[in-house]
Amino acid sequence: MTMATKSLKARHDVLAMENKQLEILNGGIFESGELPTFKEKISQIGQFPLRPKKLEILQINVGYMCNQVCEHCHVDAGPDRKEIMTRETMEQCLAVIRNTGAHTLDLTGGAPEMNPNFRWFVEEAAKAGIKDFIVRSNLTIIRANKKYYDLPQFFKKHNIHVISSMPHYTRGKTDKQRGEGVFDKSIKALQELNAVGYGLPDSSLRLDLVYNPSGAFLPGDQAALERDFKKALLEDFDIEFHNLFAITNLPIARFLDYLIASENYEDYMYSLVEAYNPTAVANVMCTNTISVSWDGWLYDCDFNQMLGLKVASKITHIKEYNEDILNNRNILISQHCYGCTAGAGSSCQGSVT
Amino acid sequence: MADSYYDPADLRKFGNITEWSEELGTKFFDYYGKVFEEGALSAREKSLIALAVAHVVKCPYCIDAYTKDGLQRGITKEEMMEAVHAGAAIESGATLVHGVQMMKKYNKLSM
Repeated sequence: MTMATKSLKARHDVLAMENKQLEILNGGIFESGELPTFKEKISQIGQFPLRPKKLEILQINVGYMCNQVCEHCHVDAGPDRKEIMTRETMEQCLAVIRNTGAHTLDLTGGAPEMNPNFRWFVEEAAKAGIKDFIVRSNLTIIRANKKYYDLPQFFKKHNIHVISSMPHYTRGKTDKQRGEGVFDKSIKALQELNAVGYGLPDSSLRLDLVYNPSGAFLPGDQAALERDFKKALLEDFDIEFHNLFAITNLPIARFLDYLIASENYEDYMYSLVEAYNPTAVANVMCTNTISVSWDGWLYDCDFNQMLGLKVASKITHIKEYNEDILNNRNILISQHCYGCTAGAGSSCQGSVT
Repeated sequence: MADSYYDPADLRKFGNITEWSEELGTKFFDYYGKVFEEGALSAREKSLIALAVAHVVKCPYCIDAYTKDGLQRGITKEEMMEAVHAGAAIESGATLVHGVQMMKKYNKLSM
Protein backbone atom coordinates (compact mmCIF):
# COMPACT_ATOMS: atom_id res chain seq x y z
CA MET A 1 0.00 0.00 0.00
CA THR A 2 1.25 3.48 -0.73
CA MET A 3 1.25 5.92 2.11
CA ALA A 4 -1.56 8.48 2.12
CA THR A 5 -0.56 12.12 2.40
CA LYS A 6 -4.03 13.40 3.34
CA SER A 7 -6.44 12.60 6.13
CA LEU A 8 -9.58 10.56 5.39
CA LYS A 9 -11.52 13.76 6.02
CA ALA A 10 -9.59 15.69 3.35
CA ARG A 11 -10.06 12.77 0.96
CA HIS A 12 -13.82 12.88 1.67
CA ASP A 13 -13.61 9.20 2.52
CA VAL A 14 -16.81 7.71 3.98
CA LEU A 15 -14.77 6.39 6.90
CA ALA A 16 -14.20 9.98 8.02
CA MET A 17 -17.85 9.76 9.10
CA GLU A 18 -18.23 8.52 12.66
CA ASN A 19 -21.57 6.79 12.06
CA LYS A 20 -20.14 4.86 9.12
CA GLN A 21 -17.37 3.52 11.34
CA LEU A 22 -19.85 2.52 14.02
CA GLU A 23 -22.01 0.85 11.38
CA ILE A 24 -19.05 -1.35 10.41
CA LEU A 25 -18.11 -2.11 14.03
CA ASN A 26 -21.68 -3.04 14.95
CA GLY A 27 -22.52 -4.89 11.74
CA GLY A 28 -21.06 -7.79 9.74
CA ILE A 29 -19.64 -10.65 11.79
CA PHE A 30 -20.98 -9.15 15.02
CA GLU A 31 -24.49 -8.58 13.72
CA SER A 32 -24.67 -12.10 12.30
CA GLY A 33 -23.58 -13.57 15.64
CA GLU A 34 -20.43 -15.11 14.16
CA LEU A 35 -18.50 -13.27 16.86
CA PRO A 36 -19.87 -12.14 20.24
CA THR A 37 -20.29 -8.41 20.77
CA PHE A 38 -18.21 -6.67 23.45
CA LYS A 39 -21.41 -6.12 25.41
CA GLU A 40 -22.13 -9.86 25.42
CA LYS A 41 -18.57 -10.64 26.54
CA ILE A 42 -18.49 -8.24 29.46
CA SER A 43 -22.03 -9.17 30.47
CA GLN A 44 -20.75 -12.72 31.07
CA ILE A 45 -18.47 -11.41 33.83
CA GLY A 46 -21.00 -8.98 35.26
CA GLN A 47 -19.19 -5.89 33.99
CA PHE A 48 -22.04 -4.49 31.89
CA PRO A 49 -22.77 -1.64 32.07
CA LEU A 50 -19.12 -0.63 32.35
CA ARG A 51 -18.79 1.96 35.10
CA PRO A 52 -16.05 4.46 35.92
CA LYS A 53 -13.92 4.19 39.05
CA LYS A 54 -12.05 7.08 40.62
CA LEU A 55 -10.94 9.65 38.03
CA GLU A 56 -7.15 9.64 37.77
CA ILE A 57 -6.34 10.91 34.29
CA LEU A 58 -7.60 13.95 32.45
CA GLN A 59 -6.67 13.53 28.81
CA ILE A 60 -6.98 16.63 26.66
CA ASN A 61 -6.79 16.50 22.89
CA VAL A 62 -5.63 20.00 21.90
CA GLY A 63 -6.17 19.50 18.17
CA TYR A 64 -6.08 17.08 15.26
CA MET A 65 -3.38 18.94 13.30
CA CYS A 66 -0.18 16.93 12.89
CA ASN A 67 3.01 17.10 10.82
CA GLN A 68 2.63 13.38 10.04
CA VAL A 69 -0.03 11.26 8.35
CA CYS A 70 0.53 7.89 10.02
CA GLU A 71 -1.17 4.97 8.39
CA HIS A 72 -2.57 3.61 11.67
CA CYS A 73 -3.81 6.92 13.16
CA HIS A 74 -7.15 6.56 14.96
CA VAL A 75 -7.45 10.34 15.12
CA ASP A 76 -7.16 10.72 11.32
CA ALA A 77 -4.73 13.52 12.13
CA GLY A 78 -2.61 15.35 9.58
CA PRO A 79 -1.43 18.73 8.29
CA ASP A 80 -4.83 19.31 6.68
CA ARG A 81 -6.82 19.00 9.94
CA LYS A 82 -7.86 22.42 11.20
CA GLU A 83 -9.58 21.40 14.45
CA ILE A 84 -7.48 23.22 17.05
CA MET A 85 -8.37 23.98 20.67
CA THR A 86 -8.89 27.72 21.23
CA ARG A 87 -7.48 29.68 24.14
CA GLU A 88 -11.00 30.08 25.46
CA THR A 89 -11.51 26.30 25.67
CA MET A 90 -8.04 25.96 27.18
CA GLU A 91 -9.06 28.41 29.89
CA GLN A 92 -12.10 26.24 30.61
CA CYS A 93 -9.74 23.24 30.85
CA LEU A 94 -7.42 25.13 33.23
CA ALA A 95 -10.32 25.88 35.55
CA VAL A 96 -10.98 22.13 35.69
CA ILE A 97 -7.28 21.22 36.08
CA ARG A 98 -7.06 23.47 39.15
CA ASN A 99 -9.96 21.65 40.80
CA THR A 100 -9.77 18.11 39.54
CA GLY A 101 -9.03 15.10 41.72
CA ALA A 102 -7.09 13.59 38.80
CA HIS A 103 -3.36 13.19 39.39
CA THR A 104 -2.37 12.91 35.72
CA LEU A 105 -2.82 15.43 32.94
CA ASP A 106 -2.27 13.91 29.52
CA LEU A 107 -1.98 16.20 26.48
CA THR A 108 -2.47 14.61 23.10
CA GLY A 109 -3.39 15.45 19.50
CA GLY A 110 -2.49 15.47 16.55
CA ALA A 111 0.83 16.92 17.42
CA PRO A 112 -0.09 18.91 20.54
CA GLU A 113 2.92 21.18 20.05
CA MET A 114 1.37 22.54 16.83
CA ASN A 115 -1.41 24.27 18.73
CA PRO A 116 -0.32 27.95 18.75
CA ASN A 117 -1.26 28.23 22.44
CA PHE A 118 0.47 25.00 23.45
CA ARG A 119 3.32 26.60 25.41
CA TRP A 120 1.06 29.04 27.17
CA PHE A 121 -1.27 26.21 28.11
CA VAL A 122 1.59 24.03 29.42
CA GLU A 123 2.97 26.90 31.51
CA GLU A 124 -0.44 27.61 33.02
CA ALA A 125 -1.27 23.93 33.58
CA ALA A 126 2.15 23.27 35.17
CA LYS A 127 1.35 25.91 37.79
CA ALA A 128 -1.63 23.79 38.87
CA GLY A 129 0.91 21.36 40.31
CA ILE A 130 -0.50 18.17 38.84
CA LYS A 131 1.60 15.11 39.79
CA ASP A 132 2.24 13.59 36.39
CA PHE A 133 2.08 15.95 33.41
CA ILE A 134 2.28 14.05 30.13
CA VAL A 135 2.78 15.34 26.59
CA ARG A 136 2.37 12.79 23.82
CA SER A 137 4.96 13.93 21.34
CA ASN A 138 5.49 12.30 17.97
CA LEU A 139 9.25 13.15 18.18
CA THR A 140 9.61 14.38 14.59
CA ILE A 141 7.90 17.64 15.53
CA ILE A 142 11.06 18.53 17.48
CA ARG A 143 12.97 18.45 14.17
CA ALA A 144 10.14 19.72 11.93
CA ASN A 145 10.83 23.44 12.17
CA LYS A 146 13.30 25.75 13.90
CA LYS A 147 10.56 27.04 16.18
CA TYR A 148 10.30 23.57 17.75
CA TYR A 149 14.05 22.93 18.22
CA ASP A 150 14.00 24.05 21.86
CA LEU A 151 11.09 21.75 22.85
CA PRO A 152 13.38 19.38 24.84
CA GLN A 153 14.46 22.33 27.04
CA PHE A 154 10.88 23.54 27.29
CA PHE A 155 9.68 20.09 28.39
CA LYS A 156 12.52 19.91 30.92
CA LYS A 157 11.73 23.33 32.36
CA HIS A 158 8.20 22.22 33.20
CA ASN A 159 9.14 18.68 34.20
CA ILE A 160 6.91 17.25 31.48
CA HIS A 161 6.68 13.48 31.17
CA VAL A 162 7.30 12.81 27.48
CA ILE A 163 5.63 9.81 25.86
CA SER A 164 6.61 9.25 22.25
CA SER A 165 5.67 6.86 19.49
CA MET A 166 8.31 4.58 18.06
CA PRO A 167 6.84 1.69 16.07
CA HIS A 168 10.12 -0.18 15.72
CA TYR A 169 13.85 0.09 16.28
CA THR A 170 14.48 -0.46 12.57
CA ARG A 171 14.15 2.22 9.89
CA GLY A 172 12.04 0.19 7.44
CA LYS A 173 9.19 -0.63 9.78
CA THR A 174 9.03 2.84 11.28
CA ASP A 175 8.97 4.67 7.97
CA LYS A 176 6.38 2.29 6.50
CA GLN A 177 3.90 3.17 9.25
CA ARG A 178 4.76 6.80 9.86
CA GLY A 179 6.28 8.11 6.62
CA GLU A 180 9.61 8.41 4.85
CA GLY A 181 12.37 9.89 7.00
CA VAL A 182 10.43 9.59 10.27
CA PHE A 183 12.88 7.07 11.73
CA ASP A 184 15.99 9.25 11.31
CA LYS A 185 14.21 12.33 12.67
CA SER A 186 12.84 10.35 15.63
CA ILE A 187 16.32 9.02 16.45
CA LYS A 188 17.73 12.54 16.34
CA ALA A 189 14.90 13.82 18.58
CA LEU A 190 15.46 11.01 21.10
CA GLN A 191 19.17 11.83 21.21
CA GLU A 192 18.31 15.47 21.89
CA LEU A 193 15.93 14.46 24.69
CA ASN A 194 18.69 12.27 26.18
CA ALA A 195 21.12 15.20 25.88
CA VAL A 196 19.03 17.35 28.23
CA GLY A 197 18.63 14.46 30.67
CA TYR A 198 15.43 12.74 29.50
CA GLY A 199 15.21 8.95 29.72
CA LEU A 200 18.53 8.40 31.51
CA PRO A 201 18.45 5.56 34.08
CA ASP A 202 18.37 7.71 37.23
CA SER A 203 16.77 10.79 35.71
CA SER A 204 13.48 12.14 37.02
CA LEU A 205 12.79 13.44 33.50
CA ARG A 206 10.53 10.65 32.26
CA LEU A 207 10.81 9.50 28.67
CA ASP A 208 8.65 6.54 27.67
CA LEU A 209 8.10 5.11 24.23
CA VAL A 210 4.90 3.83 22.68
CA TYR A 211 4.99 0.82 20.40
CA ASN A 212 2.09 0.32 17.98
CA PRO A 213 2.22 -2.71 15.69
CA SER A 214 2.87 -1.68 12.09
CA GLY A 215 0.19 -3.86 10.57
CA ALA A 216 -2.79 -6.13 11.19
CA PHE A 217 -1.42 -7.91 14.22
CA LEU A 218 -1.45 -7.44 17.99
CA PRO A 219 1.48 -6.31 20.10
CA GLY A 220 3.51 -9.04 21.76
CA ASP A 221 4.64 -9.13 25.37
CA GLN A 222 5.40 -5.58 26.52
CA ALA A 223 8.37 -6.55 28.72
CA ALA A 224 10.00 -8.61 25.95
CA LEU A 225 9.50 -5.80 23.42
CA GLU A 226 10.95 -3.30 25.89
CA ARG A 227 14.09 -5.45 26.29
CA ASP A 228 14.53 -5.66 22.50
CA PHE A 229 13.96 -1.91 22.01
CA LYS A 230 16.35 -0.96 24.83
CA LYS A 231 19.11 -3.22 23.54
CA ALA A 232 18.79 -2.11 19.90
CA LEU A 233 18.44 1.63 20.56
CA LEU A 234 21.37 1.63 22.98
CA GLU A 235 23.68 -0.45 20.80
CA ASP A 236 22.84 1.25 17.52
CA PHE A 237 22.17 4.86 18.54
CA ASP A 238 23.29 5.26 22.16
CA ILE A 239 19.67 6.11 23.11
CA GLU A 240 18.14 5.44 26.52
CA PHE A 241 14.52 5.59 27.66
CA HIS A 242 12.51 4.44 30.65
CA ASN A 243 9.56 2.24 29.65
CA LEU A 244 7.96 0.95 26.51
CA PHE A 245 4.16 0.92 26.32
CA ALA A 246 2.76 -1.65 23.90
CA ILE A 247 -0.53 -0.31 22.58
CA THR A 248 -2.98 -2.26 20.43
CA ASN A 249 -4.25 -0.51 17.30
CA LEU A 250 -8.00 -0.03 17.53
CA PRO A 251 -10.15 -0.46 14.43
CA ILE A 252 -10.98 3.22 14.07
CA ALA A 253 -10.40 5.83 11.33
CA ARG A 254 -7.26 5.21 9.28
CA PHE A 255 -6.43 1.88 10.91
CA LEU A 256 -9.96 0.68 10.13
CA ASP A 257 -9.52 1.95 6.57
CA TYR A 258 -6.23 0.04 6.31
CA LEU A 259 -7.80 -3.17 7.71
CA ILE A 260 -10.64 -3.04 5.20
CA ALA A 261 -8.47 -2.08 2.20
CA SER A 262 -5.95 -4.84 2.97
CA GLU A 263 -8.75 -7.38 3.56
CA ASN A 264 -7.58 -7.96 7.12
CA TYR A 265 -10.61 -6.59 8.96
CA GLU A 266 -12.35 -9.88 9.83
CA ASP A 267 -9.13 -11.67 10.77
CA TYR A 268 -8.11 -8.75 12.95
CA MET A 269 -11.45 -8.72 14.76
CA TYR A 270 -11.14 -12.48 15.27
CA SER A 271 -7.66 -11.92 16.74
CA LEU A 272 -9.01 -9.26 19.12
CA VAL A 273 -11.91 -11.43 20.26
CA GLU A 274 -9.70 -14.53 20.65
CA ALA A 275 -7.25 -12.51 22.73
CA TYR A 276 -10.04 -11.12 24.95
CA ASN A 277 -8.82 -11.17 28.52
CA PRO A 278 -11.59 -10.76 31.11
CA THR A 279 -9.12 -9.64 33.79
CA ALA A 280 -8.17 -6.65 31.63
CA VAL A 281 -11.75 -5.35 31.67
CA ALA A 282 -11.56 -4.04 35.23
CA ASN A 283 -8.56 -1.87 34.36
CA VAL A 284 -9.42 -0.43 30.95
CA MET A 285 -8.46 3.22 30.80
CA CYS A 286 -11.98 4.57 30.34
CA THR A 287 -12.63 3.54 33.95
CA ASN A 288 -10.16 6.15 35.27
CA THR A 289 -9.95 8.69 32.42
CA ILE A 290 -11.96 11.52 30.95
CA SER A 291 -11.11 12.60 27.41
CA VAL A 292 -11.65 16.20 26.30
CA SER A 293 -11.86 17.11 22.61
CA TRP A 294 -10.41 20.22 20.93
CA ASP A 295 -13.83 21.87 21.18
CA GLY A 296 -14.37 20.96 24.83
CA TRP A 297 -16.73 17.96 24.60
CA LEU A 298 -16.23 15.11 27.02
CA TYR A 299 -15.73 11.44 26.12
CA ASP A 300 -14.96 8.16 27.90
CA CYS A 301 -11.69 7.87 25.95
CA ASP A 302 -9.85 9.27 22.94
CA PHE A 303 -11.25 6.42 20.80
CA ASN A 304 -14.85 7.22 21.68
CA GLN A 305 -13.98 10.84 20.90
CA MET A 306 -13.04 9.85 17.35
CA LEU A 307 -16.27 7.86 17.04
CA GLY A 308 -18.29 10.88 18.22
CA LEU A 309 -19.59 9.01 21.30
CA LYS A 310 -19.94 11.76 23.91
CA VAL A 311 -20.24 10.72 27.56
CA ALA A 312 -23.64 9.43 28.59
CA SER A 313 -24.13 12.08 31.27
CA LYS A 314 -26.04 15.31 31.64
CA ILE A 315 -22.57 16.90 31.80
CA THR A 316 -21.08 16.68 28.31
CA HIS A 317 -18.87 19.79 28.03
CA ILE A 318 -15.77 21.00 29.88
CA LYS A 319 -17.42 24.33 30.68
CA GLU A 320 -19.99 22.58 32.88
CA TYR A 321 -17.55 19.99 34.25
CA ASN A 322 -18.57 18.25 37.46
CA GLU A 323 -16.56 15.23 38.52
CA ASP A 324 -19.20 13.73 40.80
CA ILE A 325 -21.97 13.86 38.22
CA LEU A 326 -19.63 12.58 35.50
CA ASN A 327 -18.52 9.69 37.64
CA ASN A 328 -22.10 8.53 37.84
CA ARG A 329 -22.37 7.44 34.21
CA ASN A 330 -22.26 4.31 32.10
CA ILE A 331 -19.30 4.04 29.74
CA LEU A 332 -20.23 3.73 26.08
CA ILE A 333 -18.89 0.66 24.33
CA SER A 334 -18.74 -0.96 20.92
CA GLN A 335 -16.58 -3.61 19.27
CA HIS A 336 -13.50 -1.34 19.14
CA CYS A 337 -13.31 -1.87 22.93
CA TYR A 338 -11.94 -5.37 22.28
CA GLY A 339 -8.70 -3.56 21.42
CA CYS A 340 -8.25 -2.53 25.05
CA THR A 341 -8.94 -6.00 26.49
CA ALA A 342 -6.79 -8.10 24.15
CA GLY A 343 -3.94 -10.07 25.69
CA ALA A 344 -2.39 -8.13 28.55
CA GLY A 345 -4.83 -5.29 27.83
CA SER A 346 -3.98 -1.95 26.29
CA SER A 347 -4.22 1.66 27.40
CA CYS A 348 -2.39 4.91 26.78
CA GLN A 349 -0.07 3.70 29.57
CA GLY A 350 0.49 0.32 27.89
CA SER A 351 -0.57 -3.07 29.31
CA VAL A 352 -3.16 -3.06 32.09
CA THR A 353 -2.67 -6.50 33.65
CA MET B 1 -17.85 -28.60 1.52
CA ALA B 2 -15.12 -26.21 0.48
CA ASP B 3 -13.51 -26.87 -2.88
CA SER B 4 -10.04 -26.63 -1.38
CA TYR B 5 -8.19 -28.79 1.14
CA TYR B 6 -6.84 -25.70 2.89
CA ASP B 7 -9.07 -22.85 4.07
CA PRO B 8 -7.30 -20.05 6.02
CA ALA B 9 -10.42 -19.66 8.20
CA ASP B 10 -9.95 -23.28 9.44
CA LEU B 11 -7.01 -22.15 11.57
CA ARG B 12 -9.47 -20.29 13.83
CA LYS B 13 -11.24 -23.62 14.40
CA PHE B 14 -8.10 -25.51 15.46
CA GLY B 15 -9.32 -25.59 19.06
CA ASN B 16 -12.42 -27.51 17.91
CA ILE B 17 -10.40 -30.75 17.64
CA THR B 18 -10.90 -31.02 21.40
CA GLU B 19 -14.65 -31.52 20.87
CA TRP B 20 -14.16 -35.03 19.48
CA SER B 21 -11.50 -36.07 21.97
CA GLU B 22 -11.49 -33.82 24.94
CA GLU B 23 -8.77 -35.51 26.96
CA LEU B 24 -6.22 -35.80 24.16
CA GLY B 25 -7.07 -32.38 22.70
CA THR B 26 -6.72 -30.69 26.08
CA LYS B 27 -3.44 -32.49 26.80
CA PHE B 28 -2.12 -31.42 23.40
CA PHE B 29 -3.02 -27.75 23.84
CA ASP B 30 -1.65 -27.69 27.39
CA TYR B 31 1.60 -29.20 26.12
CA TYR B 32 1.68 -26.83 23.14
CA GLY B 33 1.18 -23.80 25.35
CA LYS B 34 3.87 -24.93 27.77
CA VAL B 35 6.40 -25.56 25.01
CA PHE B 36 6.20 -21.98 23.78
CA GLU B 37 6.60 -20.31 27.18
CA GLU B 38 9.84 -18.58 28.11
CA GLY B 39 12.33 -21.23 29.22
CA ALA B 40 15.98 -21.97 28.60
CA LEU B 41 15.10 -20.61 25.15
CA SER B 42 13.22 -17.35 24.87
CA ALA B 43 9.70 -17.31 23.45
CA ARG B 44 11.16 -15.22 20.62
CA GLU B 45 13.74 -17.91 19.73
CA LYS B 46 11.07 -20.61 19.86
CA SER B 47 8.86 -18.58 17.54
CA LEU B 48 11.65 -18.53 14.92
CA ILE B 49 12.23 -22.28 15.33
CA ALA B 50 8.48 -22.84 14.86
CA LEU B 51 8.52 -20.71 11.72
CA ALA B 52 11.42 -22.70 10.26
CA VAL B 53 9.74 -26.03 11.07
CA ALA B 54 6.43 -24.75 9.68
CA HIS B 55 8.15 -24.34 6.32
CA VAL B 56 9.90 -27.70 6.47
CA VAL B 57 6.66 -29.54 7.23
CA LYS B 58 4.95 -27.24 4.69
CA CYS B 59 2.02 -26.39 6.94
CA PRO B 60 0.24 -23.32 5.55
CA TYR B 61 -1.64 -22.79 8.82
CA CYS B 62 1.59 -22.84 10.81
CA ILE B 63 3.28 -20.46 8.36
CA ASP B 64 0.40 -17.96 8.76
CA ALA B 65 0.40 -18.39 12.51
CA TYR B 66 4.13 -17.99 13.08
CA THR B 67 4.58 -15.14 10.62
CA LYS B 68 1.96 -13.27 12.62
CA ASP B 69 3.49 -14.43 15.90
CA GLY B 70 6.89 -13.16 14.74
CA LEU B 71 5.44 -9.78 13.78
CA GLN B 72 3.82 -9.54 17.22
CA ARG B 73 7.15 -10.20 18.85
CA GLY B 74 8.90 -7.53 16.76
CA ILE B 75 10.90 -10.13 14.80
CA THR B 76 12.18 -8.60 11.57
CA LYS B 77 11.59 -10.02 8.09
CA GLU B 78 15.34 -10.57 7.72
CA GLU B 79 15.34 -12.75 10.86
CA MET B 80 12.29 -14.65 9.60
CA MET B 81 13.86 -15.34 6.21
CA GLU B 82 17.10 -16.52 7.83
CA ALA B 83 15.09 -18.94 9.96
CA VAL B 84 13.36 -20.26 6.82
CA HIS B 85 16.76 -20.75 5.19
CA ALA B 86 18.00 -22.60 8.28
CA GLY B 87 15.04 -24.96 7.92
CA ALA B 88 15.52 -25.25 4.17
CA ALA B 89 19.24 -25.95 4.57
CA ILE B 90 18.57 -28.81 6.97
CA GLU B 91 15.88 -30.15 4.68
CA SER B 92 18.09 -30.02 1.59
CA GLY B 93 21.03 -31.33 3.63
CA ALA B 94 18.86 -34.23 4.71
CA THR B 95 18.27 -35.01 1.04
CA LEU B 96 21.87 -34.49 -0.03
CA VAL B 97 23.41 -36.54 2.78
CA HIS B 98 21.63 -39.52 1.22
CA GLY B 99 23.95 -38.89 -1.71
CA VAL B 100 26.59 -40.70 0.35
CA GLN B 101 24.38 -43.78 0.38
CA MET B 102 23.97 -43.45 -3.38
CA MET B 103 27.74 -43.15 -3.82
CA LYS B 104 28.39 -46.17 -1.60
CA LYS B 105 25.83 -48.27 -3.45
CA TYR B 106 27.16 -47.10 -6.82
CA ASN B 107 30.71 -48.02 -5.85
CA LYS B 108 29.66 -51.39 -4.45
CA LEU B 109 27.82 -52.33 -7.58
CA SER B 110 30.50 -51.08 -9.94
CA MET B 111 33.66 -52.87 -10.97
